[in-house]
Amino acid sequence: MPLLSIDNLGVAFETPDGEVQAVNGLSFAVEPGETLAIVGESGSGKSQTAFATMGLLARNGHATGRVTFDGRDLIGLGERELNRIRGDAMSMIFQDPMTSLNPYLKIGPQMTEIFQLHKGVGRRQARAEAVRMLDAVRIPDARARLDQYPHEFSGGMRQRIMIAMALLCRPKLLIADEPTTALDVTVQAQILKLLAEIRAEFGTAMILITHDLGIVADTCDRTLVMYGGRVMERGPTDTLFARPSHPYTVGLMRAVPRLDVDQDDLLTIPGEPPDMSRLPGGCPFAPRCAHMREVCRDVMPPLEPYGALHRACHAPPAEVETEAVR
Amino acid sequence: MSDVTTAEAHLDPDLLHGKGRSLWADARRRFLGNKAAVASLLILALVALFALFGQFLTPWSNAEIDWNLLGAIPQEGGPDLETRHYFGVDETGRDLYARVVQGTRISLAVGIVGALISVVVGTAYGAVAGYVGGKTDNAMMRFVDLMMSIPYMFVLILLLVIFSRSIIMLFVGIGLISWLDMARIARGQTLSIRNTEYVEAARAIGVSTPMIIRRHIVPNLIGVVIVYATLLVPQMIIFESFISFLGLGVQEPATSWGALINQGAANLRNGTPWMLGFPLAFFVVSLFALFFLGDGLRDALDPKDR
Amino acid sequence: MTSFILRRLAVAIPTLLALIVFSFLLMEFSPGSPFATERGIPPAVMANLEAKYGLDRSLIERMGIYVWNIVSGFDFGPSFSFSNRSVNDIIAQGFPVTLTYGFWSFVVAVLVGVTLGAFAAIRHNSVLDYAAVGVTVGAQVLPNFVMAPILVLVFTLWLGWLPGGGWQGGQIEYIILPVIALSTSYMASIARITRSSMLETLNAGFVRTARAKGLPMRRVILRHALKPAMLPVVSYLGPAFVGMITGSVVIDVFFSTGGIGQFFVNSALSRDYSVILGITILFGALTIFFNLLVDVAYAWIDPKIRY
Repeated sequence: MPLLSIDNLGVAFETPDGEVQAVNGLSFAVEPGETLAIVGESGSGKSQTAFATMGLLARNGHATGRVTFDGRDLIGLGERELNRIRGDAMSMIFQDPMTSLNPYLKIGPQMTEIFQLHKGVGRRQARAEAVRMLDAVRIPDARARLDQYPHEFSGGMRQRIMIAMALLCRPKLLIADEPTTALDVTVQAQILKLLAEIRAEFGTAMILITHDLGIVADTCDRTLVMYGGRVMERGPTDTLFARPSHPYTVGLMRAVPRLDVDQDDLLTIPGEPPDMSRLPGGCPFAPRCAHMREVCRDVMPPLEPYGALHRACHAPPAEVETEAVR
Repeated sequence: MSDVTTAEAHLDPDLLHGKGRSLWADARRRFLGNKAAVASLLILALVALFALFGQFLTPWSNAEIDWNLLGAIPQEGGPDLETRHYFGVDETGRDLYARVVQGTRISLAVGIVGALISVVVGTAYGAVAGYVGGKTDNAMMRFVDLMMSIPYMFVLILLLVIFSRSIIMLFVGIGLISWLDMARIARGQTLSIRNTEYVEAARAIGVSTPMIIRRHIVPNLIGVVIVYATLLVPQMIIFESFISFLGLGVQEPATSWGALINQGAANLRNGTPWMLGFPLAFFVVSLFALFFLGDGLRDALDPKDR
Repeated sequence: MTSFILRRLAVAIPTLLALIVFSFLLMEFSPGSPFATERGIPPAVMANLEAKYGLDRSLIERMGIYVWNIVSGFDFGPSFSFSNRSVNDIIAQGFPVTLTYGFWSFVVAVLVGVTLGAFAAIRHNSVLDYAAVGVTVGAQVLPNFVMAPILVLVFTLWLGWLPGGGWQGGQIEYIILPVIALSTSYMASIARITRSSMLETLNAGFVRTARAKGLPMRRVILRHALKPAMLPVVSYLGPAFVGMITGSVVIDVFFSTGGIGQFFVNSALSRDYSVILGITILFGALTIFFNLLVDVAYAWIDPKIRY
């Protein structure tokens, strides 16, 4: 049985300009211990998927469909029951470590409160556990640093603290929402390495949300590509990277700079991300797609198996794949 | 949650399609869409017309005493179309309508003059402090802090007592303190504009400092300045009314909303409720309108607060 | 922390001295003598009076004596118009009254304002929120001199529930109307500031982190959101204090409380310089001291401020 299974998830927001559908008919599953990457441009609905799973949607947003975690449907679960799961069996780290730690509280209390809350232990024991976890994320002199405020740490250090905090209760699932986007490139690599090691050590399953294909290849078992709130293509990372079969995935791959191939210029996907409040009736990628057909405008292609992959595209895979190789 | 605000920004159709629309046209569209602000503007226009031309509608002047009513004011001095005292008379038999017209003139004038002084002095002071920066900025802002930490109302009353209570002195006194907040706001805004890339670019190609202040800093300050000046007008009116309420502001026979409210309040127990009611209504309605107008302008000109 | 307070004091004390000197000089350069009347006073009598009030000495000398008397013994000198009372007597009589209802007004404004604003933000877009916004917008146009007559009209003349003036040694029914009249507009401002800063804080990343930890909303607000949301409120307390001190003059006059403001206005009308000067300096000192407290409170809440 999968640890997390998402079935026909929809996320919509009430805005002054009307209802905006951020996520539409999304389905996927995460097995215990595995790592799934969700890839897409900003506004593709990948972060909102994570927030819906955690029950952290903004006030004007609501989720439909089913989110089953550890055998329980999270959507429609009361705040009280949800709070027993959040931070304990399932936890999350965010994009910007500068703002996701409370600047007015010392690191110590911010860490211990989560352990005390979920494990019902005293302050001393929680502090000891916090120190152990800070050691695990390689923060030197952890005991003394518990009494410091977030602004006394660098960005990379803060993200380490966030990771330590998220893993404190040994969750079964960790959702990492663009965990390295706000960091320096050199620090990015360190954090990713740390995440991989620690995850392996604790056997935690992970959803890594990113727009950076470069960091997906090394870290994730499976990959899901989102566009305009829908799944475009998904499957094992190796297969997807070797032979992408969806025009959007192909476009994304070609936009990644490569060192091993002599490139004259970096290819971009023409056009702009879609207006989510006025999505076209058919495939959201159609207006930017080189393989667009008449049918794409009106009919959203279903997600169908193709080898090890699943793809949602009207164009035959062979036509798309030839372009990828070019 | 903050993600949603960014998400909403991403989803703004105008942004996505990149329609070229000038800042001002955009602001006007937003302002006209704000019903409370537009209604407030209409109300204020009516109040201004009342102040300018209201006097022509009545045969009574603001100083003339209606001897027919004296001695029976609580019984007969109320609003009456026949005697053409539309708002009734005050405790000495003077026409309240004419007095409210005059009070409105003075109160509005005080508000506008106070705001204008603050715009000119405050913006210049703040822009210079913010742009020059360093020690100059530090010293200039310390001075503002120092002025703000003094209970200026008392100093102003001290000034009024010493240099006689005249309307000129009142304007000077209000002008002296009204620019402080504006200076702070203009400085803050200037600091953020100064660090933008287009100003750095201008500096890099050798544009002179006064030119940068004139071409880049001031135009970008205008939105904030307009918004804040609108919000300053009611504050200045409250300020003047406060002093006049104490009898230390405008002197008879001139009057203002504050002085009229004071007289109405002093005669509360004498059975002349219209003396409080009319000035109070003008005061409250106009101030409401000014605040809503200010809010509307802020929403229109400073969309990041939306 | 101590050095932070000391450095603040190093600014506050010269400010206060500057205020004293400035006010004193203003008074010196004012046209006319406080003893001048239409009838004229015989030169001998004038000389006697001037000697009694020390007006025959040089400017610097008098200023030195004035400042020294204040600094060494809080002695503001004699009143010009009450021949046998000193400014200190007047302050001693009126200040406790003003302080009493002023204190309660401040407490009411802060407690009610913060509570109202915080709940409005937590229940954003609810009926409570709309009601709170309505109250705060309405109260903006109801400064103390407007509130006072309205309150007396309603609660004294129409309903007959509360006395419309007087003090009677500070019995509770005499305090209620002054406190409401003085605190309403500041309560509204505090509520508005609290609401908007709480809304902003609730949207902050660290609040989302706190929710992701599984903390109940109550804990999230009390432990994570309240402190940062209070920062703008704390910095507003200084101006609010100045406003209330100033407003107390209206309250004292309108409600005939016998507070210090009544003396102030009477002195202003009769040009009793030494009383005006004394009260201005007293309130100036209070303001400066209060701003110091606010700075310290701010630094205590915000760990990013280095002392």
